[in-house]
Amino acid sequence: MYVAHGNVRPHYGSFEGWLAGQSDDLMRLKRTEADQVFRRVGITFAVYGDGAGTERLIPFDVIPRIIPEPEWRFLEAGLRQRVRALNAFLHDVYHGQDFLRAGHMPMEQVLRNSQYRPEMRGVDVASNIYAHIAGVDIVRAGAGEYYVLEDNLRVPSGVSYMLENRRMMMRLFPELFVRNRVAPVEHYPDLLLENLRSVAPQGVDDPTVVLLTPGMYNSAYFEHAFLAQQMGIELVEGKDLFVQDTGVYMRTTRGPVRVDVIYRRIDDDFIDPTAFRSDSSLGVAGLLDVYRNGRVTLANAVGTGIADDKSIYPYVPDMIAFYLGEKPLLANVPTYCCRKPEDLDYTLAHLAELVVKEVHNAGGYGMLVGPAATRAEIEEFRTRLVAQPDNYIAQPTLALSTCPTYVDSGIAPRHIDLRPFVLSGKTVTMVPGGLTRVALREGSLVVNSSQGGGTKDTWVLEA
Amino acid sequence: MATERRTMLSRTADHLFWMARYIERAENTARMLDVTLTTSLLPQSPQQAERGWRAMLGISELQPRFDAMHETMSVPAVLDFMVRDPDNPSSIYSCLQAARENARAVRGSLTTDVWETHNYTWLQLQSQLSEGLLQSDPKQFFEWVKFRSHLTRGVTIGTMLKDEAFYFTRLGTFLERADNTARILDVKFLDEAAGPVPVADGQVQVQVQAQPIVVAPRAGANGPVLSSGTDGNGQPHYLDYYYWAAVLRSVSAFEIYRRVYRDVITPLRVAELLILRRDMPRSLAASVDEVCANLEQLKNDRSGETARRAGLLRAELQFGRVEDLLAQGTHVFLTSFLERVNDIGQRISQDFLVPPEMLR
Repeated sequence: MYVAHGNVRPHYGSFEGWLAGQSDDLMRLKRTEADQVFRRVGITFAVYGDGAGTERLIPFDVIPRIIPEPEWRFLEAGLRQRVRALNAFLHDVYHGQDFLRAGHMPMEQVLRNSQYRPEMRGVDVASNIYAHIAGVDIVRAGAGEYYVLEDNLRVPSGVSYMLENRRMMMRLFPELFVRNRVAPVEHYPDLLLENLRSVAPQGVDDPTVVLLTPGMYNSAYFEHAFLAQQMGIELVEGKDLFVQDTGVYMRTTRGPVRVDVIYRRIDDDFIDPTAFRSDSSLGVAGLLDVYRNGRVTLANAVGTGIADDKSIYPYVPDMIAFYLGEKPLLANVPTYCCRKPEDLDYTLAHLAELVVKEVHNAGGYGMLVGPAATRAEIEEFRTRLVAQPDNYIAQPTLALSTCPTYVDSGIAPRHIDLRPFVLSGKTVTMVPGGLTRVALREGSLVVNSSQGGGTKDTWVLEA
Repeated sequence: MATERRTMLSRTADHLFWMARYIERAENTARMLDVTLTTSLLPQSPQQAERGWRAMLGISELQPRFDAMHETMSVPAVLDFMVRDPDNPSSIYSCLQAARENARAVRGSLTTDVWETHNYTWLQLQSQLSEGLLQSDPKQFFEWVKFRSHLTRGVTIGTMLKDEAFYFTRLGTFLERADNTARILDVKFLDEAAGPVPVADGQVQVQVQAQPIVVAPRAGANGPVLSSGTDGNGQPHYLDYYYWAAVLRSVSAFEIYRRVYRDVITPLRVAELLILRRDMPRSLAASVDEVCANLEQLKNDRSGETARRAGLLRAELQFGRVEDLLAQGTHVFLTSFLERVNDIGQRISQDFLVPPEMLR
């Protein structure tokens, strides 16, 4: 929100003026109200291993994160480009493998990756789209200087918080939306439904779309139910579906009903016990066969994990050049692949300055944040790194942007990131903004809700 | 497209059905506790008061469970057991939790208003209990439960599309209500069936054990069909009056009784009002009417027999006379009614909620 010398960045000016005019008591009251409403609405996530009925709120901060419209236009163009290239890469990896054969990356890095699904070789998916919903994590360093942190192409979550945070802000502070031209995001479910319908199997005119959830004890269950309700589609669990002959059906009060598109919020591993993990009770036996025969669409496709794996991430700029013949608009964070001896050497020599991540992990687990780690933690990580260098990448800690945030001691700067949601079908669409996550602990760079992160409303401010 | 009947997941239907049943059950438990609490305040022996509580537990089929957990009967212990005991699956706490959990499982099929009503009820219940409302003002607590249930029904009717989801919800409501009203009535009739307990003077041996289901013969020359609430000299037995008035109040029927009969309260009329009057919204007849109407909306190629049985029950209530229905003994009639309602409930599960391909 502030530039280096403490001046307010111009697009925050109007908001700051307003905030200065609000009493502490009023703001405290509003924050309490937000908590109560979130509880009543049930925007909570279940905490595993805790006693029954333990549900927590993800902390919501009432100070919005503001992006000026021109910056968003640039981001949007960069995101479109990136997701188009990633979808092209996915199609290629499971077909001709031109990118690999052209020597842009080592063949075995794909073929021996656990996220690569040989079951998908030669399978044609509707419109050649694999990542129908992408949640791309972006951080900002200097002014307008954005970096992609990771591409989430499996089952990215968080969009319901984007929508509920906006609804909450409009409820708490309607006057702000009179004073500021904030680009609306509420039509996201509409875009999503349209997108899902557009990728139905060929020949299906009026597709039946369902959302497949692991069930109400999943931490993202609220989002699954919310999106199903907003789109007016059935929220199904694996046991509600079954495969018969060549199709997938759901069990209804009037007998089986054919399903055409499954927006699945279950990982590949659990989606079909006969094809992947046999101990999964969440999936649908035989689903993969129907899918491979093109009789049902899965969104996202099976096997997208190969494109958002952290060991593949360094090659995305090359993919953009290779598939689109364009220069990448959004930069990657410089990345050291510990698989390469020279990168490993550099990483081991600079552990205290770097962020080191496990390549297959997500959610902020299994990582080392050098500047925040103790000497013992660094040494422990060093051992793991030396033992299995293939398993790690390292990145410099960026001077990440911060946003003023309510904390116990008052308002203080906290690091933020941004997850816009990019929808790919017949066309690529998105709503302006995304989910802003904030690291609530002072100095922390980890924004994941599993690690004590919170969220904010994200404003794309029209001039 | 607009006229097409939307199908729904069997699992969703199941959750909606039970969501509605549990909130209705919570309401009726509150009603039953309220009436028992009120009558326990009448001047009477402790044994008589205890018998009232035991009758209530017995009719809810909870006596053994209560006895296993409590050595003695006390009002706080019963209230605690029936209201806030999470290990008692029929406590108000358990019912509201189950209603909310069922709602949560299908919140994608509910309107936001319906979901939030269930969720807020659950959240408020926890704060009401932790703030000690049950101890400080149990009547106000019971009122609160009742009104949350009223609100839930109103929000359902006021916001939900009249499709299968709606009819399953309504079906659950009225099937549960038919069951619960029968039980509320039976508390008193079971008590009656156990035989008169002398007004206490402290010297009479009082039966405090739960009574086996024994029905005193009431028909024929032995006297009136029902205990008429008078003693041998035709003097109204004032305690009886209060009991029946409390039963009426517990189903919001006291004023209605006065309007309909414009006369003193007699057990026969109470039975008629709460069993046979189709215009009395909590009566057995009205509840079974609604069960039939909603079943008609939902009918599929398997549900014919269920509809027939429900229709038969409705016809008996519609064309029956209270004297005939009760000739067999009120408790016997109510027991048989409960069995038939239970049978219809099980058949609904088989017809709609368990998918046929799973029955194979």
